[in-house]
Amino acid sequence: MPGPDLLSSQGLRLDGRRPNELRRIRCKLGVFTQPDGSAYLEQGNTKVLAAVYGPHQAAKSKMSTEGVVVNCQYSMATFSTGERKNRPRGDRKSQEMSLHLRQALSSAIKTELYPRSQIDIYIEVLQADGAAFCASVNAATLALIDAGVPLRAYACACTSSVAWRGSQPEPLLDVGHVEEAAGGVCLTVAALPSTGSIALLEMSHRLHMDYFEVVISRAMQGCRDIEVILDKAVREHLAEGWTKQDIVTI
Amino acid sequence: MWTTKTFLTKTKRGNILKIVREHYLRDDLLCGSAACNVCPHKDDECILDVQPESICALFDYNHYLLIDTNVVLHQIDILEDDALKNVIILQTVLEEVKHQNTAIFQRLLEIIGNKRRKFYSFVNEHHKDTYIERKPGEKPNDRNDRAIRKAAAWYLEHLSIKGLTGHFPKIVLLTDDENNRKLAQDDGIVCCSVKDYIENVNGYPGLLDKLSKNVMPENCSKDALYPAHLTPSQIHAGIRNGKLHQGTFYASRDNFLEGTATVNGFEKQILLQGHIGINRAIDGDIVAIEIFPEEEWRKPSDIVLEDKAEDPGDLLEEESILLNTAKSAASADISPTGKVVGIIRRKWRQYCGILMQSKFPGATRHLFAPAEKRIPRVRIETRQSDLLAAQRILVALDSWPRNSRYPLGHFVRALGPIGDKDAENEVILLEHDVPHARFSEAVLACLRPDDWTITEEEIKKRVDLRSICVCSVDPPGCTDIDDALHARPIPGTTNGLKKYEVGVHIADVTHFVRPNTALDKEAASRSTTVYLVGKRIDMVPDLLSSNLCSLRGGEERLAFSCVWEIDENANVLNTKFHKSVIKSRAAMTYEQAQIAIDDSSRQDEVAASLRTLNALAKTLKQKRLDNGALLLASPEIRFEVDSETHEPMEVQAKRILDTNSMVEEFMLLANVSVAEHIAGEFPQSALLRRHPAPPPANFNTFLKAAAQQGFELDVSTNKAFSKSLNEAVLPSRPFFNTLLRIMATRCMQQAVYFSSGTLAQEDYYHYGLACPIYTHFTSPIRRYADVVVHRLLASCVGADATHASILDTKYAVSLCENLNYRHRQAQYAGRASVALNTHILFKDRVEVEPAVVLAVKRNALQVLIPKYGLEGPLYLPSDKFIYNEEEHVQICNGVVLRTFDEIVVRLSLDSTNLQHRKLVFQLVKPVIPGFSYEEMEVEAVDQPEIEIVDITRTKKRQKKDDVQIVERPQVVIDISKKKQETKSKKKKGKK
Repeated sequence: MPGPDLLSSQGLRLDGRRPNELRRIRCKLGVFTQPDGSAYLEQGNTKVLAAVYGPHQAAKSKMSTEGVVVNCQYSMATFSTGERKNRPRGDRKSQEMSLHLRQALSSAIKTELYPRSQIDIYIEVLQADGAAFCASVNAATLALIDAGVPLRAYACACTSSVAWRGSQPEPLLDVGHVEEAAGGVCLTVAALPSTGSIALLEMSHRLHMDYFEVVISRAMQGCRDIEVILDKAVREHLAEGWTKQDIVTI
Repeated sequence: MWTTKTFLTKTKRGNILKIVREHYLRDDLLCGSAACNVCPHKDDECILDVQPESICALFDYNHYLLIDTNVVLHQIDILEDDALKNVIILQTVLEEVKHQNTAIFQRLLEIIGNKRRKFYSFVNEHHKDTYIERKPGEKPNDRNDRAIRKAAAWYLEHLSIKGLTGHFPKIVLLTDDENNRKLAQDDGIVCCSVKDYIENVNGYPGLLDKLSKNVMPENCSKDALYPAHLTPSQIHAGIRNGKLHQGTFYASRDNFLEGTATVNGFEKQILLQGHIGINRAIDGDIVAIEIFPEEEWRKPSDIVLEDKAEDPGDLLEEESILLNTAKSAASADISPTGKVVGIIRRKWRQYCGILMQSKFPGATRHLFAPAEKRIPRVRIETRQSDLLAAQRILVALDSWPRNSRYPLGHFVRALGPIGDKDAENEVILLEHDVPHARFSEAVLACLRPDDWTITEEEIKKRVDLRSICVCSVDPPGCTDIDDALHARPIPGTTNGLKKYEVGVHIADVTHFVRPNTALDKEAASRSTTVYLVGKRIDMVPDLLSSNLCSLRGGEERLAFSCVWEIDENANVLNTKFHKSVIKSRAAMTYEQAQIAIDDSSRQDEVAASLRTLNALAKTLKQKRLDNGALLLASPEIRFEVDSETHEPMEVQAKRILDTNSMVEEFMLLANVSVAEHIAGEFPQSALLRRHPAPPPANFNTFLKAAAQQGFELDVSTNKAFSKSLNEAVLPSRPFFNTLLRIMATRCMQQAVYFSSGTLAQEDYYHYGLACPIYTHFTSPIRRYADVVVHRLLASCVGADATHASILDTKYAVSLCENLNYRHRQAQYAGRASVALNTHILFKDRVEVEPAVVLAVKRNALQVLIPKYGLEGPLYLPSDKFIYNEEEHVQICNGVVLRTFDEIVVRLSLDSTNLQHRKLVFQLVKPVIPGFSYEEMEVEAVDQPEIEIVDITRTKKRQKKDDVQIVERPQVVIDISKKKQETKSKKKKGKK
C-alpha cells in the first residue's frame, strides 16, 4: 500500500479535489493554421499540443490497401518537467507512447474510408504533470475533429488510481503527478465512451483483483465526463468558427 | 460543484527545484457548526453544538475554541482531557502537526475521531474564502498564523450571518504566541493564552496539572546552569565538516551522571560524563557530540551514584566525586570521551513513576521519580500532591530549559496506588509499550455474536473431521487452546512399516479475523498476547480467544488442519493441508495426558491415539537431535496464585513431562511443513522465522568456565555443540548439565521473523532447531505471525480468498519489524512481571537456599537458585575479594569462587527503595569469616530483638558522630556486620 496518505481525513485529495473529480480541463481547437487540424488541451497543469496532417497519400513502404495508416509521433518538450532534460526524439518512452496513441486513435478513426493513405498525428507535451498520455489522446481527438477526419466516436482517455480510506479502497480519478509519484497503481484507460468500448488499457504496478472493478469503473466514468467536455468544446468552436470563416470567405 | 481557480505553490528542495502544484479552492466545504444556517449540513455532519457552554470564567458567552499549531504540539494532554469540547482544528494546524510530530498527530486524529469530544477539522486551505497566499518575503510560519487568523475571522462572520436572533457562538483563538495575539486583536478576534484559559476553567480539577510548562528559548542565558545547545543548522554544519558526531544517547543505569552514545565509526561507545557532558540529554535521544582530544579520554567510572532524594533546587553538584575517581584511570581501558552539544531529536515518551512530595506543605512544585532508572527526575507542578503521593503516576516531559536542574514535565494521569497489583501491572505494560487498552467499538463490531454456530454451508466447504478422535493437550488453566492432535493407524504398509495418519489441527482464527478489518489492524498492532503472572493481555478479544476459536473439548470448532501420513519410523510420506471442522474429544492437561498414556488399563480411543503420538514424537525428537538441534534450558517458574487476593503464594520450577515434548514435536513438524509449503508458493513475501548462528565471540566466557570444570566444548557447529553438551555430565551433580544448557542459552542470538524476499535461501536457517526453514503456524490465537501464515497457506491451498496485502513485500517487511519488536517487549514484560511477583512473594520472608554461580563479575557473583529459577547478583566487597580477570574467579582467604560452583545463599527483600525493590542475596556457604552470613537456627528466637537493638544503636551513633547521610542500603550492610560481631561474641561467651 502506498506510503503517504492520498486522501485526507476529510476526504479531500492533496490538491483539494474529491476522489471522483477530474482536474480542470481547458481546450481549444484550431490553434495552428499550417496543419490540417490542431488542438491545445490543458488538464490541470499538464499541457499538450496536437497537430494532424492528412489524410494524404501514404509513403510506399507503409501503404496499406485495407485502410488509412495512422502515424503518431509523441514527444515531450525539454522544459516540460521539473528537471530540465534533453529528450532525443524517439527515445524508448516516446516510442512506446507513440505506439499506444496509434492503437487508441486507430480504433476511433474510420480507417476503412481512406485506403492507401496516411494520417500523421504529432503530439508535443509542453508541460507534464501526470497523465500526459491521457491529455495527448484527448488533444489528438480534438485535432482529428478539427482536421475533419471521420471518427466513430470520441476517443477519450483517463487514469485512475486507488487510495485507502481506513481499510476501504477509494478509487481516485485523473491522477496528478504527486499522486502518481506516491507509488500506487495507475490504470490508464483509453475508451470510446459513447460505444462503451475500451481501446487501450494499461496499468503500472500491481493491483489486487478484488479492487480492479471499482478502479476501472471510475476510470470509465472519467472518460464519459471528458467526452462531455470535449463535445462542448467542439460545439463552441464550430459555433464561433463558422461565423468567422463566413466573414473571411464571403 | 467545484470552482476551478488554479494556484501555484512553489517549493524548493536540495538541488533547487521548482515545483508547481495545483490547488483547488472549493465552495462546498462545511463549517461543521449546528448554529450555522448557511452550509447545507446533513444531520450527522454538525459536530459543533448550537450553544457551546463556556467552562472558562474569562468568557461568559458561548464560544468555540480555535487553536494554533503550537498549542496542539505542547498541550496535547490538555486536549485529550474531556473538559475541552467544541474545538475547531484547522487543516493548516493539522498539517503542521503532521510534519512536526507524527505521534501527536495520531493522538489528535483520535480526538477528532471521537464524536463525543466535538472536535471539528475545518479544511480552511481549500475553502475559497479562507485560503490565503503567501506574501513575498513572508515566512511560512507567519503565513500559517495569518491563515489561522483569517479562518477565525471568517468563522466569526459566517456564524453571524442569518444567526439565530443574535445569539450565535463566538470564536476564541487560543495561542501562546504574543505577536499573533496582538495581530488577532487588531483584526477583532478574541484570543487568549492557553495558560490563562485553563487557569480559569471551572469544574475540572486536575486539568491544570496537565498544562505543559512554557518553553524557555534556548538563547536565554539568565541563571543558566547548562551550556546552550547548538542550533540545528550549526549541528548540521558541524556534522558535515566532521567536528561533531551524531549518536544515540544511552544513560547509565547505575550512575545518573554518566552515559554513553553509539556513534558510527567508533568501535567503542563514546563516554559522556557529568551534568555538562550530558547536557540535558535523556536516554534514547539522538544527540550531536563533540569528542575531546585523546589526552582527555577517561575510563567509565565503576561507582554507583544515585540522584539524591532531596530537592536541591536549581544547582548542579556531585560533579567532583565523579570526576576525581574517573581521572585516576589506567590508560588501558579508557574510552573516547566527549560532550553533548546539541539535541538532534528528542525521543521522549510518557514515563511511569512516583511523586516525591516537596518538603514544604502546600507547595505545588514537586519532583517525580521515574521507574526507569535511566531517566532523570522530573519537576512537575500539581495541586493534588497529597492525593498523588501514594500513587503510581504517568508524567510527560515538556522541556528542559537551561536554568533548570531537572527537566520540566506535567502530570498525565494516575495509574493506581503504589503496591497495588493492577497499578504495578499497568506500569509494566506502559514501560514495555504493550498496547493494552480495551478493544474499541470498531474492533468489537467485527466479532460474530456470542451464540454463533457453524453453518451447514461452512461445513460443506471444509473437510469434516468431526468423527475423528481429536484431543488437545495444554498447560493447566489454559483457555486459549489453539492446537489439537489426532493419530490413527491406516491400512497398508510402506517398505514393511506400519503407517499412521497424524493430524495437527489449529484454531482457524483467520475465519474470524478478516484481513483489513479493524479487528485485524488491532491484532496486527498488538502482534502477540502478553502473559503476565495471573493476567493475560489478549491479542484478539476474549470471545474469540477463549471461546469461538479455542478448540474446547466436546464442541464443534473450525480448524486449519495439517495431516500427514507417517510410517513407524516417523518418516513423513505425504502431507495435506485443509480447512476442517473438528470436535475435540477431550481438552487435557499435560499431566492428565501423561496419566492416560501410562495407565495401561485405559484402552479407549484417546489413550491409544496419545500413545501412538507419544511413540512417534520420541522418534521425531531423536531424529531432530541427530540433525544437530540444541536442547537448551531456561529456568522457568510457575507461581501458584491465591485465588482470592491474586497474590502469589508459592513458586515452583516448571515440570517437564513427556507429553510436553510430544505436543512440541508435532507443532515443530507442522511449522516446518507449512514453512516449506508457503516459501515455495510465495518466494517474495512468505513470513518465516530464522535463528542466526551465534558469533563465536559470544561463547568465550562460557567456554572458559566450562574448561575450569574439565569440559572442552565444541561450538563450531550446532551438531558438534549439541554432542559435546550431551557428553558434559557430572555424575555427582545432576543439575550441572542443565546449568550448562541454561548458560548456553545466554550465548544465543534472538530468533526473528522475516519476509522470505529479504534474505538469501541459506540465511533462512534455524540454528536452534537445526532446520533449514521454519515458521510459526500453530498459535494463531496468541501470535499475529501465525495469522499471517494461515492466510498465506490458505491462499496456497485455495481454501480462502486471497487479498492484496499478501503479495506486498514492503508491507511484509514492516510487519516483521513490528512482530519482532512486540515479541521482544512481551518477553521483557513477562520477565518484569515475574520479578514483581517474586518481590511480593518474598515481602515477609527470608530463605536459605542452595544456589549455583552463573558468572563471576568484578564486584559480584551472578547466582541462580534452581528451586525458584531466581537469578541475581551477590555483591562482593573489593577490599576482601581479589578478582582474577584472566581466570574469572574471586578469591578471599583461600576460598575460591568459580563459575558453576555450588553455594548456599540467604534471600531477603530490600524494600527501602519503593520503586526499585530488589532481592538481596547473601553468601552463607562457603563460610568466609567477616563476610558470609551465618545461619542462626538455634538463636532464631532472639534474633528479632537483636536486630532492633542494633538498628537503634547504629542510628544513635550516626547522630552523635554527625556522620553525613549514608545511603540506606549501606546502613543495612552495616547492621548485618554488627550483628555478626555481636553474635560471634555471644558464641564465644557461650563457649
